Amino acid sequence: MAKRIEVSGLHAYYGGTHAIEDISMTIEPRSVTAFIGPSGCGKSTFLRTLNRMHEVIPGARVEGKVLLDDEDLYGSSVDPVAVRRVVGMVFQRPNPFPTMSIYDNVAAGLKLNGVRRKSQLDEVVEESLQGANLWNEVKDRLGKPGAGLSGGQQQRLCIARAIAVQPQVLLMDEPCSALDPISTLAIEDLIGKLKGQFTIVIVTHNMQQAARVSDRTAFFNIAGTGKPGKLIEIDDTSKIFTNPEQKATEDYITGRFG
Amino acid sequence: MSSVTTSPGKPSLGSISAGRKIKDRLVQGFVYLAFALAVIPLVSVLWTVLSNGVKRLDADFLGHSMNGVSGRDTGGGAYHAIIGTLEQVAIASAIAVPIAVLTAVYLVEYSGGGRLGKVISFFVDVMTGIPSVVAGLFVLALWLLTFDFGFSGFAGALALTILMIPTVVRSSEEMLKLVPNELREASYALGVPRWRTILFVILPTALTGMVTGIMLAVARVMGETAPLLLTIFFTKAINTDPFKDPQGSLPSFIWEQAKDPNQNSIDRAWTGALVLILIIMVLNLAARLIAGRRAPSGR
Repeated sequence: MAKRIEVSGLHAYYGGTHAIEDISMTIEPRSVTAFIGPSGCGKSTFLRTLNRMHEVIPGARVEGKVLLDDEDLYGSSVDPVAVRRVVGMVFQRPNPFPTMSIYDNVAAGLKLNGVRRKSQLDEVVEESLQGANLWNEVKDRLGKPGAGLSGGQQQRLCIARAIAVQPQVLLMDEPCSALDPISTLAIEDLIGKLKGQFTIVIVTHNMQQAARVSDRTAFFNIAGTGKPGKLIEIDDTSKIFTNPEQKATEDYITGRFG
Repeated sequence: MSSVTTSPGKPSLGSISAGRKIKDRLVQGFVYLAFALAVIPLVSVLWTVLSNGVKRLDADFLGHSMNGVSGRDTGGGAYHAIIGTLEQVAIASAIAVPIAVLTAVYLVEYSGGGRLGKVISFFVDVMTGIPSVVAGLFVLALWLLTFDFGFSGFAGALALTILMIPTVVRSSEEMLKLVPNELREASYALGVPRWRTILFVILPTALTGMVTGIMLAVARVMGETAPLLLTIFFTKAINTDPFKDPQGSLPSFIWEQAKDPNQNSIDRAWTGALVLILIIMVLNLAARLIAGRRAPSGR
């Protein structure tokens, strides 16, 4: 299921603005990779280039290569819609579809892609909600609107919705920053469980979270306002947090700048 | 506790000053006054129409046309006009709403601030400003005189279509803009193509607001008189075929009856106005019910 991502020489732009510069890294399958760094350093932009969501913004473009098990996501014949089915995404703010019930939210990815068989949908909905540790809380009210859940439940609903289409990779853009500590813990537990099945990439501002959930950590930084963001280093999480190669990483982790 | 100390660096929670209380009251008073001023004409119109119109609101009025009824006679009714208005507005909506909604979808979801989008936006603005009689003249010149079709309910519907499109485009556009971008991204991130995202995520989210905008446009064109006089002409008889021969309509019925000096005609005009208001109200309620049912029930 899970796939390896290899990025080489990746640049991203917003119109004339150079947002991230020359990023190369390998993201291992069935592991959690965390992106840390100060605000505006391009972590989220880089994450969005991994499922071609970056180009949804008018004027945005990407240069370089992203290989998903040897297949270039930016190849000329590749359909961005197909890429997003393989590389799912969870956003910073929980964003369930307001017009849909809990059931329909989870089934949305399949339904909107033409799956109509009720038995298949039922199965996927239950599996995904259980995968997102939400089944027990909502199994008696699947027909109620998804927007009626608490923030933490909504975010797990969004994770269930993302895994329902059975992607290979799951991208998470600060999935806990709008949540309370208890809900954050629930999501972190869930990430630990999901990594057996998916390649997970998570952007976070919370360094303890990166240390807790990830196997590898990448530190991004920016040379100054208006300059593009860069990858400073990527290594095993334990190494980044105890003995990083770069001075900048150590400064950031120990709180000496930013 | 109530003494107000003014020593710097030690702010105290003093009571609200008398000046602020007076200002608060004053502004509150103005708001209520403005509200009353806005409501008075509305209530006055409703009351006048209701009190004058209710006495002829009977089965005769709703079930008979004016065929063979002269201004002095009692009886007679607006059946032919009600049929005409319902048909004309239904045809106008059937043409205008799809065009307008698709235009709004293009402007918000596809144009991306491009040249074509700006041009369309400009012409929609221009169309909003067209006086209704000009829309009628346009249809008269093109449909009736150039293409040589006769007066018909359909010609009236075409004139109403021209008036409906810009208002529905504008209101639908505003509603689509209100749909948070996060929902589009959430859908794209599931690998849902853009057209399905629009059809199954964005339009349902904006539906309630769009229905309100459409109903306002329907209500507006339902009361239009001038463009109809030029396109459907007059008839006192029932004509259920909107594609052939002159047809009645409520606004022209009201206009025709109100200019007759006989009290019986004037009574008919009031009742016609009342029926028009009632039809618009019923349509509004029905649309809201349907739009409300589509959304999932509360928690």
